[in-house]
Formats: sequence, C-alpha cells, structure tokens
Amino acid sequence: MRVSKFSGFRLVREALRGHRGWTPLWRNPEPQPTYDIVIVGGGGHGLATAYYLAKVFGQTRIAVLEKGWLGSGNVGRNTTIIRSNYLLPGNQPFYEFSMKLWENLEQDLNFNAMVSQRGIINLIHSDAQRDAYRRRGNAMLLSGADARLLSREDLRDLVPFLNYDDARFPIRGGLMQPRAGTARHDGVAWGYARGADALGVDLVQNCEVTGFRTRDGRICGVETSRGPIDAGKVGIAVAGSSGRVMALAGLRLPIESHVLQAFVTEGLKPVIPGVLTFGAGHFYISQSDKGGLVFGGDIDGYNSYAQRGNLPVVEDVVESGMALMPMIGRARLLRSWGGVVDMSMDGSPIIDRTPVDGLYFNGGWCYGGFKATPASGYAFAHLIATGRPHASAAAYRLDRFARGHVIDERGAGAQPNLH
Amino acid sequence: MLIPHPLLGPRDAQEFTYLGDARLLARPDGMAEGAEAAFYDYVYLRNNPAGVHRELWFHEHGDRSWLVVTRDTLTHDILGAELATDVVRRERPR
Repeated sequence: MRVSKFSGFRLVREALRGHRGWTPLWRNPEPQPTYDIVIVGGGGHGLATAYYLAKVFGQTRIAVLEKGWLGSGNVGRNTTIIRSNYLLPGNQPFYEFSMKLWENLEQDLNFNAMVSQRGIINLIHSDAQRDAYRRRGNAMLLSGADARLLSREDLRDLVPFLNYDDARFPIRGGLMQPRAGTARHDGVAWGYARGADALGVDLVQNCEVTGFRTRDGRICGVETSRGPIDAGKVGIAVAGSSGRVMALAGLRLPIESHVLQAFVTEGLKPVIPGVLTFGAGHFYISQSDKGGLVFGGDIDGYNSYAQRGNLPVVEDVVESGMALMPMIGRARLLRSWGGVVDMSMDGSPIIDRTPVDGLYFNGGWCYGGFKATPASGYAFAHLIATGRPHASAAAYRLDRFARGHVIDERGAGAQPNLH
Repeated sequence: MLIPHPLLGPRDAQEFTYLGDARLLARPDGMAEGAEAAFYDYVYLRNNPAGVHRELWFHEHGDRSWLVVTRDTLTHDILGAELATDVVRRERPR
C-alpha cells in the first residue's frame, strides 16, 4: 500500500508544484465477505482500536464498519479537551495512559492532530473544595501524572480576567494539570483512519450494522445494510448508540443515551491560555487555534437521541460563563450543537467482553470519551486480540454493577443524568 | 419542551426534574426469591429506546406531583402525560 509521509519538506515541495501531488488519506473499499475482526463504529474509538489492533497486536484482516462517514459522531462534536485529572484508582491510571499516548500521537501517526498541552485549571471556590482538589492532585501525582495547586495570586498572573470577587463564588485558587490541553478532534479521527488504512484495515463507510449472527452462542458475523459479513470477533465502539446496537444482540446495558451541548463563539484574539473549568457550576472553556471560545456545561438531563438540545441548558451554561468571566458576554455565539452520549450508571466507561462469545463492547463514555480515545483504542485492541483486559482498563468491567464495584467519581449513584 | 400536566395544563419542562424510565415505578419485592438479580436489573439496566419512551418527571417547582410523560427520544416530541399515581392504580390494581 502506498503511503506518502507528511513532512515539512513535502509541504514545501507540494507548495512549489501547485499542491497537485496530495492523495486521499485512505481508500474507500467495498466490504469483503469475511474478516478476522470487525469493529462497528468509525469514530475516534473504533478507528483507534483498528489502528492498534494492526499496529501493536499484529492482527490482519480487520474492517471498521461505519453507518455514516468516518468521524461523524462524537469525535467531531466534543470540546477537544485532553486531560488526566481523575481521582479514583480504576480511572486515573487509564486516563494517564491515554495522556502519554496523546503526547506521542502525532509522531506515531505522522499526522498533525494539533495536540496542544496548554494546561487545564479547575477553579477552587471554597476551603472544602481546596481540600478535595488537593486530594485529587495527590491521586494524580501517584498515578504518574502532573498536578499543581495554584494560589489565588498564581491564578491572577495566569488568568487575570476571571471574576475573582464574585459575592457567591469567589475564586480561591485552582488545581492545574500543565500537561493537559486540547487536540484537533477531527484530526485525531483522520490520523487514526489514515494510519489504520495504511496498515491494511478496510474502512467501510455508509455501512450500518442491522444485526448480529451467532452460532452456538458465539458470534460469527454481522448483518449490514451492504450485506452480511462473516467475522471471527466483533468489537462495538458506538458510544451514543450503544443501547440501540447492543439491543440487536439481545443485551440491555447500564446506560442511558443523553444529549450534551457544546458552543463556540466567533474567532477572537488569543485571550484564554488553556482550559478553564468553573468549580461552582458545570462550565468549561478553552480557545481554539482559530480563536473561537469553545465551551460547554451540563447535559440536558433527559434521554435523547436527537443530537440537539434545548434552550434552558443553553441559558444555564451561558449564565455559568458570565459568572466566571463576565467579558464572555461581549463575544457573539457562532454555533451550538448537540451530541448523544452514553451516560453510564456510575459515570465511568465499559471495555469488556459480553455474554456473547467473541462479541466485545466499548462504551459508556459519558461526556469524557474524547480524551480517552488513544487509551480506549489501545485497551480495546488488547482485549480483542488477547482476550484479557489491558492493565489500565481492568476495572471497566460490564459486570461491575452487579458485583458492586462501581467507579463513581461524582458519588452520584445510579442516576445517569447526575454524573 | 412543554409538558401537558393533567391538572395544570401545559408547563415548561424547566419546572420539572427528570428521573428516568417509568419502569422504575415497578419496584421489585425485596423479600421475593431472586430479589438480588431483580434489583440489579431495576437499579442498573435500561431499555434506553430510540423512539417512544415512558419516563418519570417530578414537578418540583410546581405541584410536586410525579408524572409519567410519553416522549419521543428522537425528536423530543411529547406525546402525553398522566399522573404517576393514576398509572400505578391502573397497572397494579390492589
């Protein structure tokens, strides 16, 4: 397979030749009748899974089946934040593994995913919150991640424009992870797609899975809108639609589908240095390389597959933004959109086998799936190739709810719209 | 979204808080055989349909009644609402 490497030298050469030498990033193959491994879902996680299956675990004859176009779901709808600032032992090592993969992603893929480690700051508004964030910071350090507790004075130097003396929620400091940041979300999907395609993975678009074929309790293929495809193993990575797809295999999940909205303003000059999160409400904001302020907040809170939200949450998110940094009121909102997310019963994801032999499930990412993309793909590939969970994802079992081993960062209980 | 409250007429969905699938009304018997499995199903597993969904909304900033709202999760169209007490009386006559 001919793969042309990207480089500065090549860019100059193409510029001098009128940019006529660029070729498509991946083939657009017809589905074959048989594969060893079929991955359902051509988003970030599915493409990353296929890439690592081929690259790290030496698997061949792999297909990714995508009902729309590659990267048409949540990998193109999120707020692009990458971070590993979790608390619990089942979570934090996984996200730190992901962070380490992000740090070498572009060299690995030879693709500019615009990974920018500009730091994240979680703001502190009370003494109790400082204690909680100090504990979280220590948990991060123990997992090998980085964390810094910032005083109010440190913060004023870094982000002078915040509303420090709000009567209700004064800002007392922050927990910073300097290695966190943002990445170009579509670029991540395209980079993994190009990498997987170059390793021989068939990326089949406009191919919706409509059923599973089993023999003696073992998976033997999938029915699709483009005909049946035999497969030795099938991996599902369709977060947002997990309930719908797994219902085809007769499984009910500890997941509800909810809509999460995101927003971007018109392009502005550089004003926000990294990612900021409001500790008194649910609001997070960063600035894209194009200049738009990218922000979001709570999910709408009711079951939805609509990929659009309603105005009360728009009002709520914007109110939080105004409370945190009043200057945001001068920016004009350019676009808002919604993505459908798998809200799991404990707020943490699932990467595991299923009761159907040879059928593997990856989902329940709540609104935190983007940052997990590399580690999710790696751990899912590990599980599919070896039959054993990757060490970093060993807690993400499907049966953890029945066993009582939930991973509940928020302590909100089995109420998906509170995670 | 406007929820057609059976007693109060159309009310803004913002006045309500959302709990989830109306199947939560049918709480398993904790003393029965197989209660552990039944509660695992009740607490954690959801049908999560794409389409018509019967769900529990609480009129927190209103008359504090529980409603069973029938809503399409693909379009957010609200197809009906009734008092949860009426639903329970109808579906589980004592």
